[in-house]
Amino acid sequence: MGVFLARTLALTFLPPYRWRRVLERIQFLGVRTLFVILLTGAFSGMVLGLQIFYVLRKFGAESLLGPAVALSLVRELGPVLSALMITGRAGSALTAELGVMRISEQIDALDMMAIHPIHYLVVPNLLAGLVIFPVLSWFFDVVGIFGGYLVGVKLLGLAKGTYFGEIHTFLYLEDILDGFYKSLCFGGIVVWICTYKGFYAGYGAEGVSRATTEAVVLSSVAILLWDYLLGSFLF
Amino acid sequence: MIQVEDLHRAFDGQHVLRGVNLTVREGEVLALIGRSGYGKSVLLRHVMGLLRPDRGRILIDGMDIHRVGPSQRKAIKEKFGVLFQGGALFDSLTVFENVAFPLREKWRLPEPQVRQRVMHELEQVGLIGSEHKYPAEISGGMRKRVALARAIIHNPQIVFFDEPTTGLDPVTTRAIHELIASTHRRLNFTAIIVTHEVPDIFPIVHRVALLHDGRILATGTPESFMESDHPVVRAFFPDVEGMRTKLSEEGGG
Repeated sequence: MGVFLARTLALTFLPPYRWRRVLERIQFLGVRTLFVILLTGAFSGMVLGLQIFYVLRKFGAESLLGPAVALSLVRELGPVLSALMITGRAGSALTAELGVMRISEQIDALDMMAIHPIHYLVVPNLLAGLVIFPVLSWFFDVVGIFGGYLVGVKLLGLAKGTYFGEIHTFLYLEDILDGFYKSLCFGGIVVWICTYKGFYAGYGAEGVSRATTEAVVLSSVAILLWDYLLGSFLF
Repeated sequence: MIQVEDLHRAFDGQHVLRGVNLTVREGEVLALIGRSGYGKSVLLRHVMGLLRPDRGRILIDGMDIHRVGPSQRKAIKEKFGVLFQGGALFDSLTVFENVAFPLREKWRLPEPQVRQRVMHELEQVGLIGSEHKYPAEISGGMRKRVALARAIIHNPQIVFFDEPTTGLDPVTTRAIHELIASTHRRLNFTAIIVTHEVPDIFPIVHRVALLHDGRILATGTPESFMESDHPVVRAFFPDVEGMRTKLSEEGGG
């Protein structure tokens, strides 16, 4: 897998630069996942609002609901949960797509046309992943913060000005950047794993199925592992 | 010209190719025949550069395809066209886009030129009117024709056919054979055709090579194969008289 990653990174900087393919991959990987991200982001924010309000009330600190929800989402839950959703929705599709291409000799066909298969198939997905993961994470964060607002303000009676005002006080640019760095890393890791598994899928439907399952499981574990490592480094 | 010299390859201890020697001259169409599972496609994939031998050499116009650098290997592959067994068409692209693919992605030709050449080739293979369809929407025979058009769209010097008619009915098989022959007359490429269609392939090839037990057992003209007494060669020809006798016996019983 290390050699595959090294080749991909080296080929990223070599022409031809297939920007149209990158846009296609952004559409394939990102746009199709947007609805799921918005849905899970909203409910995640609402759940956070409920649970954090319950805890803060014990200390008489309900006014800090806004920043608590926002910081939880921006620094941690937004990048991680959105990455897991994208992995399940788009990463699996990516592995299956490349796996089917492998077993039907489409990857060999590219090789025989003297078009580097990694350059054509993997590099655009990697670049798309580096765009999609942070962007969808931000969508998750924004929708989640509004989910927390719905619960905290509309349901539990917190003042609207308090919710957003305290967010403004306690949420810093470095928090947003920490979340961004995590999303960026997750994008690279997930696309690397999913494309590798698809590229070297075994024969037949069973081979593709196994590759897809392994890609999702390995990506999910890698997200959580890297989340801890990066969190330790950035904290 | 293609030269295979003492090619050896084993998979998980099974010695599939045991010293294959084969030469294909420029402009020649060679049929590679042999029993199923005896390594014909494996041999072809070695010549194409997709597999690396354990021992031996494969020379394409004098250059060992497995020992040259990446840029030279790329230059060698630019001479190739390939028709894979299943067609290997790109599922997400239309017929037109599949045939245009090498011209757009590899050769970066201007779009008017791409359109003109693609439509010309689609006309040659009899697929005008199908250019906007996807591979899943066309028949197996049509997919093979699209794959052929894509394989030769850039006027390759060497074309590889990996069982081009597998899974097709006899009528469509003959049509594909005639298409290969007419395309060869037009472009005069060198070709290796891996096939089970014996003797139907004979009218369109110059020479035949029989791969048996990991080696080339016999090479020669189609006529020499038809007249051969070797039992392994004779086993490839249908016993028409024997079949007639058996059918009449079963009909009478």
